[in-house]
Amino acid sequence: MSKIKSLADLRKMKEEMQSKIKIREASNQPEEHVQVKVAMATCGIASGAKTVMEYFSDELEKRNIDAVVTQTGCMGYCYAEPTVEVTLPGNEPVVMGDVDKEKVDEIIEKYIINGELVDGIIPVNYETIEKK
Amino acid sequence: MKEIALHILDITRNSIEAGANIISISVQDVGNTFSFTIDDNGKGMDKAIIEKITDPCFTTRQTRKVGMGLAFLKQNAEATGGRVEIESEINKGTVVKASFISNHIDRPPVGDLAGVLLQLLTGNGEIDFFIHCRTDNGKFELNSIELKEVLDDIPLNSLKIRKYLKGLIKENINELSIRN
Repeated sequence: MSKIKSLADLRKMKEEMQSKIKIREASNQPEEHVQVKVAMATCGIASGAKTVMEYFSDELEKRNIDAVVTQTGCMGYCYAEPTVEVTLPGNEPVVMGDVDKEKVDEIIEKYIINGELVDGIIPVNYETIEKK
Repeated sequence: MKEIALHILDITRNSIEAGANIISISVQDVGNTFSFTIDDNGKGMDKAIIEKITDPCFTTRQTRKVGMGLAFLKQNAEATGGRVEIESEINKGTVVKASFISNHIDRPPVGDLAGVLLQLLTGNGEIDFFIHCRTDNGKFELNSIELKEVLDDIPLNSLKIRKYLKGLIKENINELSIRN
């Protein structure tokens, strides 16, 4: 594969891709894509969230899955970092904890592709630290 | 934090949490010093907060009681004989600069700087980043405004675009031969 070194190359690449990229991928409606948000606060970063996010992006691209992967701030589940929130189109977001590369594969294969819930889901909790 | 690149990620995340939408990241590996400066246009801090900001038991977050990022950074930088400097002004923004003495035994590896920059650029589509890396071997500059212009209607967070950018950033960073 030839290497891209400059923006000029990126421009050329983009023109080649233009026809191949699905219109949906260029859409600015996030709800139409699978949304993956990776918590990227200090506790997350220290536990490997950057690697998880990288792996998620690489794998989703490899498998040609229409998804948007973004960083988000602390979701409060520091004991279970790295945490990831996955929202399938038309569904409520689901937060998963203790995510590693193996878990990413599982989430992609079971939840994103087949809609099957996986283990390690963190239930929604509206308590804040002030209440404790 | 085991790598300086992760500190860069962490501090930039602070800027994002502070509501910045323009963040400049400057990395220098020159002479015997490795340093990075993150300059944002977020909500800034007043003097009272700046004084407490490197205290691990102080945080402005609601979801937990500790804020370790800056505390870890200060510890790691100072262990090598370097330092952390923070300047900020309410509603204007904040500048965090950290420097590490390169030949000190406690200097953490730089780590995957290209990966961190890629992730920041593509994982935070609403924010504009100005990236500037310089070593004794040359420099590499990239900004998201330029990128978005080239990409036109294709979003920066497109997974396919990310794959190409990964190569672009990695190659250019490698050419700088940052001392890991």
